Amino acid sequence: MSIWVNKDTKVLVQGITGAVGAFHTRQMLEYGTKIVGGVTPGKAGSQVEGVPVFHTVLDAVMATGANASVIYVPHAFAADAICEAADAGIALVVCITEGIPILDMVKIKGYMNGKNTRLIGPNCPGIITPGECKIGIMPGYIHKPGSVGIVSRSGTLTYEAVNQVTTLGMGQSTCIGIGGDPVNGTNFIDVLSAFQEDPQTEAVILIGEIGGTAEEEAAAFVNASMTKPVIGFVAGQTAPKGKRMGHAGAIISGGKGTAAEKIEAFKAAGISVSETPADLGITLLRRLGRKVH
Amino acid sequence: MNIHEYQAKEVLAKYGVAVPRGKVADVPSEAEVIAMEFGTPVVVKAQIHAGGRGKGGGIKLARTPEEAREFAKQIIGMTLVTAQTGPQGKKVKRVLVEQAGAIQKELYLGMVIDRATSRIVMMASTEGGMEIETVAAHTPEKILKEFIDPALGLMPYQARNLAFGLSIPPELTGKAVKFMMGLYNAFVETDCSLAEINPLVLTEGGDVIALDAKMNFDGNGLFRHKDIQALRDFDEEDPTETEASKFDLSYIRLDGNIGCMVNGAGLAMATMDMIKMCGGSPANFLDVGGGANAEQVNNAFRLIVSDPNVKAILVNIFGGIMRCDVIAEGVVSAVKALGLKVPLVVRQEGTNVERGKEILAASNLNIITASDMKDAANKVVAAAGQEN
Repeated sequence: MSIWVNKDTKVLVQGITGAVGAFHTRQMLEYGTKIVGGVTPGKAGSQVEGVPVFHTVLDAVMATGANASVIYVPHAFAADAICEAADAGIALVVCITEGIPILDMVKIKGYMNGKNTRLIGPNCPGIITPGECKIGIMPGYIHKPGSVGIVSRSGTLTYEAVNQVTTLGMGQSTCIGIGGDPVNGTNFIDVLSAFQEDPQTEAVILIGEIGGTAEEEAAAFVNASMTKPVIGFVAGQTAPKGKRMGHAGAIISGGKGTAAEKIEAFKAAGISVSETPADLGITLLRRLGRKVH
Repeated sequence: MNIHEYQAKEVLAKYGVAVPRGKVADVPSEAEVIAMEFGTPVVVKAQIHAGGRGKGGGIKLARTPEEAREFAKQIIGMTLVTAQTGPQGKKVKRVLVEQAGAIQKELYLGMVIDRATSRIVMMASTEGGMEIETVAAHTPEKILKEFIDPALGLMPYQARNLAFGLSIPPELTGKAVKFMMGLYNAFVETDCSLAEINPLVLTEGGDVIALDAKMNFDGNGLFRHKDIQALRDFDEEDPTETEASKFDLSYIRLDGNIGCMVNGAGLAMATMDMIKMCGGSPANFLDVGGGANAEQVNNAFRLIVSDPNVKAILVNIFGGIMRCDVIAEGVVSAVKALGLKVPLVVRQEGTNVERGKEILAASNLNIITASDMKDAANKVVAAAGQEN
């Protein structure tokens, strides 16, 4: 088991003929992901890496039975692409695109309310179930099938956690980057509750960062509804107030959203907090009472 | 992106939001002329991208045109220090001269994007003129909120809820609703991330007007608003941060002495944290992004070494799609072009890491390599310490 994606997931690539889309299509195919089609309006009938291209998401779904899609289209068109995928009934939409206007995402969230589509992202590395399915831009080879679920707002920091877990001899059930934007599709609680239900997942690494209150809400959920061990880290402990740290969502404003508050909430919820980003793996082993392999 | 008060008022006026009659003066004599045109009293207000101007001496009430000129002379060119500018303050380049009227009541009106509900929220409070964070912390019940359905927009009943909640007299409710609808339209049509009218005032003459106005814009939305982009004031920005933005680099200057170059915002923040935990202090946040090329690495390096406080540099790369060999080549060419006067520690991991390490080793440059984040942070802190 794993969450949301596995070896049977059939994936469409929206924006497959662009340079970024084509590059990552090749990477995902090499990893073993079942890419069944691509979408670029006006390019139906062509192929990318042997994958057939369609004009619309609906055409692609009818022809291939795809149940997931990944979006690499430029930021000005990404909101439209998300809506198109949801309207075509795609169950899981992963939006990699960075730089979507926040108010576009506000509209998208309103539109998707009540629909049976899960959106991951935008501005995220994607989702991977090691050895089965990689949807996104993460380096596949650092992952290893196993029992640790990983969820994070940051891309490269997720890789750091994955690498530590793999190096210490454990593997991952599923890893998800939910993205660094203030308004996004899937939040920490969605992922945590799926990990709690997933028999393969034995423990969870939760990586937050400054800004907003998503970490505090996640901590409350862990406290109330999770029996599996959770290991946490919060990036931005040294970030100054009022400065946006790269991610649109990573800003301490009005004295709220500090790392100290989030770490406090984690600890109060029984989450084992890694003091440094280099100690995520070892904190996990300690919590599980295991030795380094 | 931030803009000045006078710019925000110009934008809002286009959407039917009532603002005081005002004009900008770049030199004191203009302030006098404006005061003569409007009739006194007038308010002379320093235009900088920071709040708390009144307490810092940046806002004055002038009773005569001569006084307006005198106050403008004092304010233009002064370095205004407020709670929001930091101790170094900000230099005032111009003032806004506004007609002053008798105020009956000061209120607060603001709009932000609420992350928890993923909706725009309009907030109002009777505690006008106060810092809204202070009100939120001590008397949260005094903040009224209306969450706005993105498909419907702000509905008139929601604006009425706020107006009645603020005890605005019934005869002014129509004006208050018009004000709020205008503010909402300005917010969504210009891709705002924050709009604040503090204070919103009821005048003795029976008007509802924005005495102050603050607007921030979502950087991701600016591409579709050329008119808003034109309002950017480079004098209000850190020149290094402006330079970085030209190369799509995300750079924030800090006050430490260890320069950092990292890929990914989360890892960049975590690297700063790691340096601090090892006893050092980062000189900057710098995210080179996911798809940096050798030229961007070069530019990133140039920005880091342009900070005279930098005593050592840490490069921390976790190559995903970004390949370590590309970064290594960029680092080597940057060091060769710019010279290296401080120790450089490089930690790389991920895609093509072996090739990246070979490139650094073959360069014969004096680069300290590190095996992981902690090792890298310890080495760079030690190197920076020796330089002092």
